[in-house]
Amino acid sequence: MALPELKHSTTEARLAALDLPTGGCLDVARRAALSRVQTMGLPDRRDEYWKYTRPDTLTAVEAPAAAVFESGEAAMFDGFDRLQIVFVDGVFDPDASDDLSLEGVSIERLIDLKDKDIHWSKDIYGVLEARGQIPVERPLAALNTAFATDGVVVHVTGTPSKPLNFVYRHGQENSDAILHHVIKVDSDAEATILENGPAASRFNHVIEIDIADRGTLHVVRSQGRDHERRAATHMFARLGQESVFKSFTLTVNGVLTRNEAVVEFLGDDAVAHVAGACVGDGDFHHDDTVFVTHDAVNCESRQVFKKVLRNGATGVFQGKILVKEGAQKTDGYQISQSLLLDDDSQFLAKPELEIYADDVACSHGSTSGAIDEEGLFYLRSRGVPEAEATNLMTLAFLAEAVQEIDSDEIAASINDRLYGWLARRG
Amino acid sequence: MLEIKNLHVKLEEEDKQILKGVNLTVEAGKVHAIMGPNGSGKSTLSYVLSGKDGYEVTEGSATLEGEELLELEPEERAALGVFLAFQYPVEIPGVGNMTFLRTAVNAQRKARGEEELSASDFLKVVREKAKTLKIDAEMLKRPVNVGFSGGEKKRNEILQMAMLAPKMCILDETDSGLDVDAMKLVADGVNALRDEGRGFLVITHYQRLLDHIKPDVVHIMSDGRIIKTGGPELALEVEHNGYADILAEVA
Ligand SMILES: Nc1ncnc2c1ncn2[C@@H]1O[C@H](COP(=O)(O)OP(=O)(O)OP(=O)(O)O)[C@@H](O)[C@H]1O
Ligand SMILES: [Mg+2]
Repeated sequence: MALPELKHSTTEARLAALDLPTGGCLDVARRAALSRVQTMGLPDRRDEYWKYTRPDTLTAVEAPAAAVFESGEAAMFDGFDRLQIVFVDGVFDPDASDDLSLEGVSIERLIDLKDKDIHWSKDIYGVLEARGQIPVERPLAALNTAFATDGVVVHVTGTPSKPLNFVYRHGQENSDAILHHVIKVDSDAEATILENGPAASRFNHVIEIDIADRGTLHVVRSQGRDHERRAATHMFARLGQESVFKSFTLTVNGVLTRNEAVVEFLGDDAVAHVAGACVGDGDFHHDDTVFVTHDAVNCESRQVFKKVLRNGATGVFQGKILVKEGAQKTDGYQISQSLLLDDDSQFLAKPELEIYADDVACSHGSTSGAIDEEGLFYLRSRGVPEAEATNLMTLAFLAEAVQEIDSDEIAASINDRLYGWLARRG
Repeated sequence: MLEIKNLHVKLEEEDKQILKGVNLTVEAGKVHAIMGPNGSGKSTLSYVLSGKDGYEVTEGSATLEGEELLELEPEERAALGVFLAFQYPVEIPGVGNMTFLRTAVNAQRKARGEEELSASDFLKVVREKAKTLKIDAEMLKRPVNVGFSGGEKKRNEILQMAMLAPKMCILDETDSGLDVDAMKLVADGVNALRDEGRGFLVITHYQRLLDHIKPDVVHIMSDGRIIKTGGPELALEVEHNGYADILAEVA
């Protein structure tokens, strides 16, 4: 079926401006992804899945300019014992990065796979992304698979002693980064990945995660404070038996962020938590789009998303739990809530459940509201000034999402950032 | 200490007058009790004194040691020394009781130009005071009032009062919902704070609390006014005969 004219021309223009990397074991995957993009076309505002978020600046040929923000404060996760892998405007920076050797994990640069014909990464690269195109299309992720210029391929074989920290620095006003990572977690292996920074003016980010039986992966991201930055991120996770996957994303500022998470349970008794907290002021549009598919028995999924919005900021949540036939004893939970600090801000939510098994417990809820006046008065009557009381109540609102982070140390650093953001606005 | 003159208050949202000229003076070092039928305006008086939204003062004044209260924000009143133990303490999910207490204590110290308490000093004082009120460590860790029983909430109010050491303590039905032992604990907590420089306004329906916290003066409030003032014997009279005689007497 031919694409509608506008979609076709947008897609062709974007593709014409990009070079398809060639050479090595990922060629087949890249070409297949390109043909997926051509068939699907890039998203436009008429697409149902993009009803609440305008994709035009994400699909435009040029990345809209975004000033590089200098906070003057220590980078996120500074002071943690971690292995840093630094990208500047989407290009790996070996000098700024640590030595990539660490026991229990092997790390290779995506573009170094060129010379390696046989590599396990081709069983994952573009494969999870392609699976994630059904039943809902995610053309920006396919675009990423085809054209990603950098990224890392991580094989977790044991339990590395420290987290891997992907650091995304923003260098140029007009930078456009396409990064693609592949993470393979072996049976019984366990690792933590920390991601932070804006990455570029416009960031197209895909991470494909394959967790084998009884493997565990924690991902904690912080998306960077640059006010004009834009990001479209996709996280694809495939879970084996008794495996555990937990992700948390902090978003502070940014003019446009679309974070998609696609989780698929293939083995029984596995657990996946996908959580996020965002705080936005003014020209801020933040979209969490999550799709969890239960295709195994006795798995638990949790989606916990909290948004604090003020001065006309917009929050979007589209979350779905699909329980396939036979996925009995599924425990699916989904909550999305926004705290609107004024009347100009808005929250648009589309929570969905689709269930084809009879012995399941699924619940979802979505709320939008203002600060509780009774609580605010109670705090103030004890001498807490209004601004500080509002901040306490706001942090309390976000707490359920932040609590999804297992590590107290990481959760505390996330809370510090949130508190800093609130305090700056007094 | 606290001087309320001809206080008239109506609801902001509707045209309903609730306080219709309250006159009341609480001297430093004294305990005043207010009794009165349901709906007579006792809680409203306590809210207006502590600065809750939703009420409009149409006439009159309220001062604490000469400072006009009614123009101030709730936190400014608290820093001056006003404290209200709520009839219905508010639950605040997500805010730890300990964080709440420390933030409040330090905010008041800061507002008065005093140094903030260190975390360890604070902890020491809280633990000690919590112990006398039989509030265990687990309760201190929980979010403010969330999952607390009625009696636990009231004890938590007294703990806050003890930590903040206010000048003017207003207690709104702190005895309701308490069992006999908890009532004794709360009364002991209040009595421990009785001091030359501190005033108390105790709102209650029952003589029982006043057996433990001996009032100097008892007021009867009805339909937005103080209609009778007397000594402790007035509370006993209410206990035995209800309000009918008093209401008839002033009518
Ligand atoms: N926010 C409000 N909206 C509507 N009515 C109100 C409001 N606040 C107070 N009132 C009314 O004002 C009157 C006085 O209420 P208040 O709570 O002060 O009484 P009270 O003396 O404390 O009673 P109780 O002994 O039952 O606690 C009541 O008729 C009550 O319904
Ligand atoms: Mg009352």
